Amino acid sequence: MNNFTYSKASTVQDAVNRVQQGPEAKFVAGGTNLIDLMKYHVITTDALIDVNHVEGYHAIEARGEGGIRLGAFMTNAKTAYHPIIEQQYPLLSRAILAGASAQIRNMATNGGNLLQRTRCYYFYDVNTPCNKREPGSGCSAIGGYNRIMAILGASESCIAVFPSDMCVALAALEAKVNISGPHGDRSLAFTDFHRLPGNTPDIDNNLSHGEIITSIDLPSKGFSDNYSYLKLRDRNSYAFALVSVATALELEDGIVRESRIALGGVAHKPWRSAEGEAFLQGKEATKENFTRVAEIILTGAAGYQYNSFKIELAKRAIVRNCMMALNPETQLPGAQPSR
Amino acid sequence: MSLTASIGQPISRLEGNLKVTGAAKYSGDYNVAGLLYGHVINSTITKGKIAQISTVKAKALPGVIQVFTHENRPSLAWFNQMYADMDAPPGSPFRPLYDGEIRYNGQPIGLVVAETFELARYAATLVEVLYENETFSTNLEENVADAHTPALGLATMLKPPPPKPTGDFETAFAESFAQVTADYSHGTEHHNPLELFATTTIYEGDGKLTIYDKTQGTVNSQLYVGNVFGLKYKDVRVISPFVGGAFGSGLRPQYQLFMSVMASLELKRSVRVTLDRSQMFTFGHRPPTLQSTRFGADKDGKITAMNHSAIAETSRFEDYTEVVVNWSHMLYPAPNTLMEYKLVNLDVYSPLDMRSPGGSTGLHAIESTMDELAYKLNIDPLQLRLINYSDRDESLDRPYSSKELKQCFLQGAEKFGWANRNPEPGSMRNGNKLIGHGMATGIWEANHLPAKAEMIITKEGKLKVNSAVTDIGTGTMTIMAQIAADEFGLSVEDVVFSYGDSKKPFAPIQGGSFTTSTVGSAIKAAGKALRKKLLKKAGLMDNSAFRGVPISEVIFDNGYIILKNDPEVSVSLRDIILANKGKEIKTNNLSVPNVFKLKKYSRAAHSAVFVEVEVDQELGVVNVTRALTVVAAGRIINPKTARSQILGGMVWSISKALREETIVDHGLGKYMNQNLGEYHIPVHADIHDLDVIFVEENDTIINELGTKGVGEIGLVGMPPAIANAIYHATGKRINQFPIHFDSLL
Repeated sequence: MNNFTYSKASTVQDAVNRVQQGPEAKFVAGGTNLIDLMKYHVITTDALIDVNHVEGYHAIEARGEGGIRLGAFMTNAKTAYHPIIEQQYPLLSRAILAGASAQIRNMATNGGNLLQRTRCYYFYDVNTPCNKREPGSGCSAIGGYNRIMAILGASESCIAVFPSDMCVALAALEAKVNISGPHGDRSLAFTDFHRLPGNTPDIDNNLSHGEIITSIDLPSKGFSDNYSYLKLRDRNSYAFALVSVATALELEDGIVRESRIALGGVAHKPWRSAEGEAFLQGKEATKENFTRVAEIILTGAAGYQYNSFKIELAKRAIVRNCMMALNPETQLPGAQPSR
Repeated sequence: MSLTASIGQPISRLEGNLKVTGAAKYSGDYNVAGLLYGHVINSTITKGKIAQISTVKAKALPGVIQVFTHENRPSLAWFNQMYADMDAPPGSPFRPLYDGEIRYNGQPIGLVVAETFELARYAATLVEVLYENETFSTNLEENVADAHTPALGLATMLKPPPPKPTGDFETAFAESFAQVTADYSHGTEHHNPLELFATTTIYEGDGKLTIYDKTQGTVNSQLYVGNVFGLKYKDVRVISPFVGGAFGSGLRPQYQLFMSVMASLELKRSVRVTLDRSQMFTFGHRPPTLQSTRFGADKDGKITAMNHSAIAETSRFEDYTEVVVNWSHMLYPAPNTLMEYKLVNLDVYSPLDMRSPGGSTGLHAIESTMDELAYKLNIDPLQLRLINYSDRDESLDRPYSSKELKQCFLQGAEKFGWANRNPEPGSMRNGNKLIGHGMATGIWEANHLPAKAEMIITKEGKLKVNSAVTDIGTGTMTIMAQIAADEFGLSVEDVVFSYGDSKKPFAPIQGGSFTTSTVGSAIKAAGKALRKKLLKKAGLMDNSAFRGVPISEVIFDNGYIILKNDPEVSVSLRDIILANKGKEIKTNNLSVPNVFKLKKYSRAAHSAVFVEVEVDQELGVVNVTRALTVVAAGRIINPKTARSQILGGMVWSISKALREETIVDHGLGKYMNQNLGEYHIPVHADIHDLDVIFVEENDTIINELGTKGVGEIGLVGMPPAIANAIYHATGKRINQFPIHFDSLL
């Protein structure tokens, strides 16, 4: 790890001012990913600005127009176990608890969750080519061991996936990301926050240097009657998703009025399909219709040498998770498949 | 006043409190004033040469003391066999910093020594290395054409080559009623004990070193340091009181020991070198192995022909071998056999014994082949084992010293409910889950090596026992105290077992499930001698009733010697010490196995394993919901620590069958998941109902204690039992470990 300075910011404005002092300066909150990346020399920084002590962003607030606001510096654990989240947004609670370990969730923050980097092996190994780490150096994963890599939205320069569980639920719930920066405040729709790799896989999201996430807004609709989160991975806990699915359904007499289906572990960002969700609208909530939706969502999916299984796995996961959403009590700890 | 025997009691680990409270000090925990810290630099290429290495920037940092490379290392032992340790396979052992040749990815190429660990680690990133790359090969499957018969050497004594062919396999197989042919494979695995490898070398002056080393053999490390650095053995003391798991990785001196000692001698300072987690992937590992089997049986299920072939990876510099293909004929008495074992040299570090080396590999193939054969014959898998049961080891044409495997099968089947199993694959289900029941047999050799032990009755009349042996977390300290206590009818509280120190009487490396038998026998021998000595001393006391009394006429109980025929007549050990002018009384004895007696018998622990899995029918997700291991391993000294050994093996079995693998990118020639986030070992949520039963064996042949060891037997039978259960659940035979759930889609 390189030497760096460490300072505590007292306000958001103070944090924004401090981080602009240099292009290498970084915010740190939970540090559950950033510190690892510094140890591996994947990220070098000369200044860490600790935002944990900035007051006013550690809680959940009700919003006047309905919905709630999640403080960016609130931990993942406090969020997942908060009564409002458990009761009104249980999909979010389930997704958060499917991620990482209890220890990591106790440290990791909501804002930081959106900013975690991919877990691609090659990204973490500074002695291998990686366009995300070192633009123009090439992608080792495309011709390498790519079992965990993307099947949707990948490019010739990067096939990495975004590892978050929480963000899969936030994508399904159509959250909004509130940002402060040197030029004032702005908001981004959740689907506009993360990017596909394209020719610039080094840029994960649309946050500029100097900008900081201050909160995440959730609309009033929490889909607490029919929801499910399913995560498929190589062990039952403390492993990233090979495929995960967040499903939220609004049903009326067995007819789907509205559906949200977001996939994790398959692309450079949480994956949603407008066509798939549109297809389901007004249809009966049956396994047959869910199966057809799965086909639509995976249209255009492409696998590599070791990860083609993800295409069929994702389809089956979508169907199962939609069935689980019809009876949310069938969900199991760790977002395992229902019995 | 008679005490209950300690042997057989489920005594909790005597050092347990120290460990769970953090008070136990491991080799990286010893601090002295002025301690320096080393950080190792590793090669980032797989094969080639160091063209240039520049340490200027690193050395310029204030607080950096020295950077060692092949260019400025001290002169070392010239003859490469001086680097050979007790566990060295045939070949030329790796010599750290010997020259600029790069032989494998991650090879240590330098050591930065600084005033703090953080500084050393940072400075290591400033060392600039220019390499000349050469083409390399790390892929076993692509190089099987280069397989060769392994070289023989000293290590072959404990690892015999495959037995010679018997009968006429090809003809018998061709003519057999039922035939099964199958291929098996598993990839590289790394030991990954929780405790990182660390050595703290305390520079004592006058050419003397005290070395705290993470090792499975204090004497092994001592001899290695003496040989490599040209030191007198008596000036090198290696201490290793606590070891946070090793699983074989500490059987050979690892490079942090070399680096720490080299820097200490050169700088005349105390130096600690700790490897980080990624560096734990830069030395030994379980070698990837390709296996094939052909088993033939007659219509009654009697196996007539067995062929088992294995091709394993090794380095370019040593022929590391395992016993992979010898087991089937030890279990099943087929008249026609053909066993073959070959190695392929690749650009990797030498493999290294990893818990149940060879056994867990070979039994995977053998026991899944047996399962497949059972289905082909339409015979229950358990019944097929009973049909082919033998009390003899036909591979060496001799009886077993004891073998209660049949009892293991019967008790296990009863407890597990094997009779309720519907043999039809895919026939048992619960909602979305297919249920599978599988079973398999386990076997592991029971060895016994020479060792010494010292026993002392102290001035206080307590018993002190000394041995150089380590306790790698298995409970060795506790059970040795139990064995010693029973020698004198003492309670365990009255025994101090001192160990993990090369200054203490010789013990071999701790591995191969032979430590209890080896060190335990030495303690028994020392106890016998010390009892005689004490009785003699008692006879010399004034007006002693014990004068001239033969040892067979007395008993030792609770700190007294008592006449058998007249229990009223006794003398306390404390009084004997007083009469001995207050001086302690001790013996130091060598125990050597009776090879003439032992060679008439095969000696092995056995197990029967029963497993239940649930497999999600659509998504493939596998959970081992229930498992039972029934073990026959001679006498069990401590049912609690022994059960923990088996449970640990069962958890590892789940890991081996379903979870762990070192991911290799053969294009880069390197391991890609060098951390515990991506090297998947089981988590709590992977472990469900595990149970262990011991079937005691009264083995009067194997050694005086009647023990066989339980370190490895828990990991040989269960991996194939899991694979067999998955077949029963799904009808799919997945012969490649680990079984990824997506292979069941």
